[in-house]
Parts: sequence; structure tokens; C-alpha cells
Amino acid sequence: MFKKLTITALTALTLGAGSAQAAGGGGHVTDFDFPFEGPFGTYDQAQLQRGLQVFTEICSACHGLELLPFRALSEPGGPALSEQAMREYAASWEVFDEEIDDWRPAKPVDYFPAGTYPGAPDLTVMAKARSGFHGPNGLGLNQLFKGIGGPEYIATYLLSFSDETKEEAGTFYYYNEVFPDNWSAMAPAIYGDDVDYADGTEATAEQVAQDVAAFLMWSAEPKLMQRKQAGFISIGILLALTVLLYFTNKRLWAPYKPKKEI
Amino acid sequence: MSGIPHDHYEPKSGPEKWLDRRLPIVGLIYDTLMIPTPKNLNWMWIWGIVLFFALVLQIVTGIVLAMHYVPHVSLAFESVEHIMRDVNGGHFLRYLHSNGASLFFIAVYLHIFRGIYYGSYKSPREVTWIIGILIYLAMMATAFMGYVLPWGQMSFWGATVITGLFGAIPFVGDALLTWLQGGPAVGNPTLTRFFSLHYLLPFVILGLSIVHVWAFHTTGNNNPTGVEVRRTSKEEAEKDTLPFWPYFVIKDLFALGIIMIVFFAVVGFMPNYLGHPDNYIPADPMVTPTHIVPEWYFLPFYAILRAFDGDVWLVQILDWMSFGVIDAKFFGVIAMFGSIIVMALLPWLDTSNVRSGRYRPMFKIAFWVFFIDFFVLMWAGAMPAEGIYPTIALIGSAVWFAYFLVVLPVLGVIEKPLPQPETIEEDFNAHYGEGAASGNATPAE
Repeated sequence: MFKKLTITALTALTLGAGSAQAAGGGGHVTDFDFPFEGPFGTYDQAQLQRGLQVFTEICSACHGLELLPFRALSEPGGPALSEQAMREYAASWEVFDEEIDDWRPAKPVDYFPAGTYPGAPDLTVMAKARSGFHGPNGLGLNQLFKGIGGPEYIATYLLSFSDETKEEAGTFYYYNEVFPDNWSAMAPAIYGDDVDYADGTEATAEQVAQDVAAFLMWSAEPKLMQRKQAGFISIGILLALTVLLYFTNKRLWAPYKPKKEI
Repeated sequence: MSGIPHDHYEPKSGPEKWLDRRLPIVGLIYDTLMIPTPKNLNWMWIWGIVLFFALVLQIVTGIVLAMHYVPHVSLAFESVEHIMRDVNGGHFLRYLHSNGASLFFIAVYLHIFRGIYYGSYKSPREVTWIIGILIYLAMMATAFMGYVLPWGQMSFWGATVITGLFGAIPFVGDALLTWLQGGPAVGNPTLTRFFSLHYLLPFVILGLSIVHVWAFHTTGNNNPTGVEVRRTSKEEAEKDTLPFWPYFVIKDLFALGIIMIVFFAVVGFMPNYLGHPDNYIPADPMVTPTHIVPEWYFLPFYAILRAFDGDVWLVQILDWMSFGVIDAKFFGVIAMFGSIIVMALLPWLDTSNVRSGRYRPMFKIAFWVFFIDFFVLMWAGAMPAEGIYPTIALIGSAVWFAYFLVVLPVLGVIEKPLPQPETIEEDFNAHYGEGAASGNATPAE
């Protein structure tokens, strides 16, 4: 029965993920190796700091991070800026304060401002709002092994623009291989050497795209490392408990099952 | 309480007797825990305890989440992210709750399939079965409304599609739809009432579950042979049974432990696997997602709903015969609810007087076809309604209804069942040998 049960559970899981398939467009999403993948994966602090730099210098021209407070930047497990650096970074942003009815430099308790460009979506949870992998045959089975692929999708998307453009009703659209329906309202933003990394990493297009994708994964799931840790602790406790229950059960039933060896 | 003869609680000390004369609660707990349980129950009889655990988990995590959640269209999405970021342990609580729904449904489906295979719905357990179906319906309503609360794109559009089903009912549909949504479209009144009901219904489920247990404690458990426990004397009954505590409690807890390990691995390492990415996009009434898909546990019924479009001749004939009252949309709704109603009618649709599928060779084939059909429908429900998929969904729906309305009534007449064991003891001993301890059902306390 357990075999049947396992198969059922697996089927349910895989079929469930089938619903996670996207439509149209959808070229091949590159399966980048991010350091936070798998049960043991963790965020790379240096990468998140680079990603923050990319977001600040490029993405934030249009996009917002409305659900992310500046204080989170110095929390452990994230970019983990020093308290001082985080305060200075926050102060480099202007936020509108309703109390004084004016703009002022941001404080750690403030949130990143909304996007400034109409139609540019907020990016705080974008890495969880996209899926990169749907195979095989739209079943989503490979998500079990590759992950859902949100950050992979973002990085691939940033790298998948061609030179083609079209204009419709006064709006320009840019051809992108992985974007649904292929025509994205966002212009290509990453070309390589787009930023001068503070830590001296070479800013190839691939590097920049992956760094910002990793940063957005953190902004979407800042408690990823705590979650995995809680997972391990829970599984450890349950494992011990289950082993004890196994032997208790065996011993309890032994007098009634003489055919079975103890 | 139980029809199976067994020892009852005897208050011995003074205070015990004092309490027992006023409120026999100790006796009730004792009788419930010590209920004689067929000793041949296999591993498919563990889902009850898993379901009980899932219900408690959902209620406990849900109560804490409700302390931080704000049911308002402009704050709901944000408040969920607040839980994920700022509430201590909130991220884990929320993932426990959202994946807990999946655990709940995996367990309930296996529980239902077990009941179907071993004929647990047959006389005298019809009431247990029907209450079970009511619990299942309440679970569906609760899960659906819970999915709306984060107010993401799938929340909003799922709510629009599902409440829209009621709008397909002729004559009263529009009024009913407005009443359900609390306005002309899904909006803030919908969210607040769904939140309120999402908090209420789990307690209805809890109440129904108690009645469910009460019912099968009155009739006694079914078991893999489908043969009833002997009840002529306590001694005979003890040869067929062991008390629930500790034998089945420990066994069930062991199984629950294994399931919990898998569950916590999902919560800890891939908590969004079973969800839909679109629900991390805040609800936008102006943008319709390309594919609106419900959560995985609704997919088989979603497939049945969509299977009956205007191209199906049965739908066309009915449309014509009813002068357009039963159009394709309404037909789909009838089919979807009908697919669950036929489940409730199982005790009367199955005409065989052999309870367990173990002794029914033809039923076995039908059952496994039905079982696979469930997953085929689930898959078809996840796919876009184009190309080959509507046809697959239609065939799947036909198999579903044929199982209940044709196969089961006919099988009872034409099938030649295999010989059944005389007693549960006989079946048990065939597996485990005749032990010296059999029949000696003193609980090892």
C-alpha cells in the first residue's frame, strides 16, 4: 500500500505543478546555478549586494520595490549591509512624507518607493510570480529538481532581447524570446558593463542579470534561509519521533503477529 | 456507545463516582479511546488521524495568521507579505497553512478512495459516508475561500470564475451571484465575507467530524475484509478486535510521522511548488491571466465543469429540449456538482452485497480505472481548454459518471464474488499466524 501511496502522492504533486505552466512565447529558460538552490542552498551576501547595486543603478529608474523596507537590507541572511551603510543607502532615496507634506530622505523604517514608470510592475515578489520550468509536456515535473525557476526566468528574460521592435498605438514593444507573446514593453536594459561593481567583479551581461535576479529572489523571499533551517530542525525531530514510534509499534503488536519476527 | 460488546468505564474512587453521576465525560473518553477496532486494519486506515491532524494544524496556524491578516482589497496582499517578512515565524506559519491545505486534500482523497475500494459506504455505514461527503464539500468551500484571501491574481480570477458558476443557474443565477459576491463583481465585500466564512467553516468541519466519528463508532469500523466483527459475546468480539488505544493510536502516529517528514520537507524546501506563481501578482480586475487554473485539488472537478461545452451533442440536445434553460454553462455546473452528488449516492448505487473490493474481481478492475480516471481528469483540468484536452476531459467525465451510474449498479448483478473469510480473526491469522495472544485484548497500559 505504501508504494501505491507514494506514487499517488508524487502524481498529485507533479500534476499539481502542471497548473504552474505559462502561456505563449516561452522560449527556453536557462537553468542558471544560483547559490540559494536546493535544501542546503544559501544566499551569497556579495551577490545580493551586487544585485542591489544593479537594481539601484538600472532597474529602479522605472520599477519599485514597494514591499521591501530599507531596514531589511541590514538583516542577516540578506545583503546584510552594516547599520551605517544601510542608513546611508536609505538616505540616498527620497520618499514622500504625508505628515510634512513634502519629500525627505528615506529612513530605515521607510519602504522603497513605487515605480516611477507607468505600467512597470513592482519587483518585490516578482521572483516568485514567475516560473521558468514547466516541462515535461507542461506537467511541471522538472520543478521538483530545478526549482520553480522564477530567478532563472528573470535572468534569462534580461538576456533574451533581440534588436527587433514594433510600435503599436504609440507604445514601443521589444522582441524577447522568453516573454509571453514575445513582445515586451520593457526596453533591453542589460548589455554588459552596465555597472561598475564595488567588489571588482567583472560586470558581464550574464553576471549582471544573475546578480539582480538573485537580489530579487531575496527581496521576494527574505526568510528563505530561516525557512530551510526550520525545515531541517522539524525533519530531525520528526525523524527521531518516527523511529521511536516504529519500534514502539512493532513491540506493541508483536504478541499478535507471531509469524513476523521482531 | 458501540454496538460491539466491550468493557466500559467503571468509576472506582469517590471523586470519580461523584463526577460520573453528574457528567460521564471520563466514560465517554474511555469508551471512545478503547473502542474495539478490527485488528486487520491495513495502512490505508491511517488517513483519519492524518485528517484530524491536518484540521487541527489548519485551525491553529489559521488563527495566528488571522491575527496579522487584513481582509481589505488594498491591504490583503500587503498584509500577507507583512506576515512573510515581519511576523516572527510568520513565513513558516503561512507556508504550513497553504501547504496544509494540500496535505488535507491528499489525505481526504486517499481516505475516500479507501472507503470506495473497501465498500466502507455500504450498510450500515451510509450516514458516516454522507457526513464524510458533507465534510469534503465544506473542505472545498473553505479551501476555495482561503485561496482568495491573499488577493493575488489567481485569488481574484478564481473567485470570479467560481462564483460565476452560480450565475449560470437559470432564473435565480444573477440574484444569487450578486448575493454571493456582495455586489456587481468580486470586490471588497466578497473578500470580507470569504474571510469571515473561511474562519467559520473549519469549525463546522470539526463539528461534522465529531458526528462522523460518532457514526462509525456506533456501527464499528469497516475493515479490509468487509466482514463484520462478531458481536454475540465480548469474548468473540475480542478475537476480532483490539482496542483503539494503544494499538491503533501508535500505529497511526507512526504513519503520521512519516507523512509529516514529507510534509515538512515540502514546507521547508519547496513551499511554493504546489501554488501558482500568478498568485504573487496583486489582484488586478483589469488584467485577466492567460490561464485561470484552480489549486490542484479542484482540477478533476474543474475538468468535468469545462468538459461539457456547446460542441457536445448531449449538451446540444438538452439545450434544445429545455428551450435553452439548460445551456452549456449550466450543464457544466450540473455535471460538476453531479459528479460529487453521485459519490454521496454510492451506498445505493452499488448493488453488490459484498462489501470489500478484495473479493470482487470485476469491481477491482473498475475501481482502478476509476482511480486512474481521477488523475487523468486532474491533468486535463490543468491544461488549457484547447486542442485534445477537452476531448480527454469529456472521456474522463464519461468514465467518472459511468463508474457510478452504470458499472456499480450492473456489477452487483453480474459479478461472481470470491469466497470471503468467515471472520476477521481468520483473515488476520492467515497473515500473521495464530498467536497465543490473540483473543487476549487487554490493553498494555
